[in-house]
Amino acid sequence: MAQPKASPKALRPSRWLTPLLVHAVLGSYTLLAIAPVVLVVMNSFKGSQAIFQQPYSLPVGANFDPVGYTTVFEQTAIFRYLGNSLMVTLGSILLILLFGAMTAFGLTEYRFRGRGFLTLYALIGLMIPIRLATVSILKLMVTLNLQDTIWSLIMVYSAQGLPMAIFVLSQYMRQVPTDLKDAARLDGANEYQVFWLVLPLMRPALATLAIFVMLPIWNDLWFPLVLAPGEASRTLTLGAQQFLGQFQTDWSALLAMLTLAIAPVLVLYLIFSRQLIRGLTAGTVKG
Amino acid sequence: MLRPNKSRPRWHIAVFLAPALLLYSIVMVFPLLDTLRLSLFSSNGESFVGLSNYQRLFTDSQWWPYFWRALKNTVLFFILHMVLQNPLGLLLAALLDSKNLRGRSIYRTLLFSPTMLSFVIVGFVWQLILSPTWGIAPAISEFLGVRYRPWLGLESTSLPTIALISIWQFVGIPMLFFMTALLAVPQDILEAARVDGASAWQLFWRVKFPLILPTVGIVSILTFIGNFNAFDLVYTAKGALAGPNFSTDLLGTFFYRTFYGFQLQLGDYAMGTTIAVIIFLIILFGSLLYLLGWQRKVVTYEL
Repeated sequence: MAQPKASPKALRPSRWLTPLLVHAVLGSYTLLAIAPVVLVVMNSFKGSQAIFQQPYSLPVGANFDPVGYTTVFEQTAIFRYLGNSLMVTLGSILLILLFGAMTAFGLTEYRFRGRGFLTLYALIGLMIPIRLATVSILKLMVTLNLQDTIWSLIMVYSAQGLPMAIFVLSQYMRQVPTDLKDAARLDGANEYQVFWLVLPLMRPALATLAIFVMLPIWNDLWFPLVLAPGEASRTLTLGAQQFLGQFQTDWSALLAMLTLAIAPVLVLYLIFSRQLIRGLTAGTVKG
Repeated sequence: MLRPNKSRPRWHIAVFLAPALLLYSIVMVFPLLDTLRLSLFSSNGESFVGLSNYQRLFTDSQWWPYFWRALKNTVLFFILHMVLQNPLGLLLAALLDSKNLRGRSIYRTLLFSPTMLSFVIVGFVWQLILSPTWGIAPAISEFLGVRYRPWLGLESTSLPTIALISIWQFVGIPMLFFMTALLAVPQDILEAARVDGASAWQLFWRVKFPLILPTVGIVSILTFIGNFNAFDLVYTAKGALAGPNFSTDLLGTFFYRTFYGFQLQLGDYAMGTTIAVIIFLIILFGSLLYLLGWQRKVVTYEL
């Protein structure tokens, strides 16, 4: 072949060795990450006996038994639970991101008396588990007549998530070029317009944060149990617990319901992580 | 920064701050203060006892050894997360950030999937895998030439095992934060370094890593706060008693058991809140070290 000059570069080990190594490391860790997840999904398609007698066999042939799923769909109002979970999670995320971004902007953009105190005050909430205050929160919700409504959950999760949002978004707010904001001000923008100009630049941080606060809300068992155990306001994660008995657990139904509960959160993750990438490739951060 | 006219009242600051601070104060701060007050009262809540609950926690042989063990366990739990989880998250994020990687979004989703699971599933599946009767761990350790032990059930290994399970579940969080930070590194800086002949290794440590240092700080402090409040995984995998023989007892489970009680033992609100205040003070001290020590020294670049 008459290409003596091209081949050395193409054959240089780093050309193919590096991607190969990258895939080897990512691939093997991916295997470790998903094998237990696959195990759960697999066993959700088996009867209770097969789960413990042959936990590692595929749910095929005699092993395949969708009894868990039929139990879930027949015995629970799963679609109502799903609706409740989505409203609680999305409502809380919306409040956390909007109020959190507003506060982070206020605390990083302006110098005013009491700023240091308010920053610390907002961060204190990061350091103490809100569960500690359960009894007082329950009293508060009863007073507000919000017990057994999804609003009580939205309020608690928003309050709990705000310190985190304020902390993380403040860090990112500092990276927004001052020139950009001042240019807008010179063009006659008021402070609210400057905020709405900065907010889209935060998109990657907002998406990261949305994912971060979403997971503990979606999977929380504690506050739904205490504040909203009623059938009408029950969430998916709480709904699954009815199969976790004190003496006997219906593992098929429990695994089926928890497997079903992964799907919506996976969809939300995909939506948010797409925002994360889009925000970055838009490249608006460059002032 | 342009300064608005000083004499004009700046109402917009109040508008920005009020919604969050009101919601946070009413639903979180007030109920917390209302509860923490209990640590100054006797266990039946009737008489004011000042700081004597704290004195009991630190000197009484009924309390101090258990608190000290939970504190030591929590520190070890935190160290393992800092040494394993966060570097692993950084490694995965850096690999996902490599140029022209195929299947990037598939990796990103699959690597994150354990983080989406509820604690009930995680507790169930790892107990199944590691179990001597139903587990696949004995077969795998034989294959790898490691002697199988029921790691989750032995006093000497249960805590590191729980920590590894927690790392397995949550490595997606640092990965996500580092990924976001790496993606935000401007391409022209990287191009300039490449033109200057920097290798991928140099590019990462000399250019990208200094730019993402603020994120290293965020991730460390979030890990610290998360670990010192950790409770759910131990509770679902080992129960309220954090067995075997309390070897997996963290500050979070110790607080929970004291405050809400377990089995036949009734909850002790006064001692429970006393423990919570101490946990809070530890986290406050660590966070202040971070804010004053680290955040002041690390340069945050406007990107």
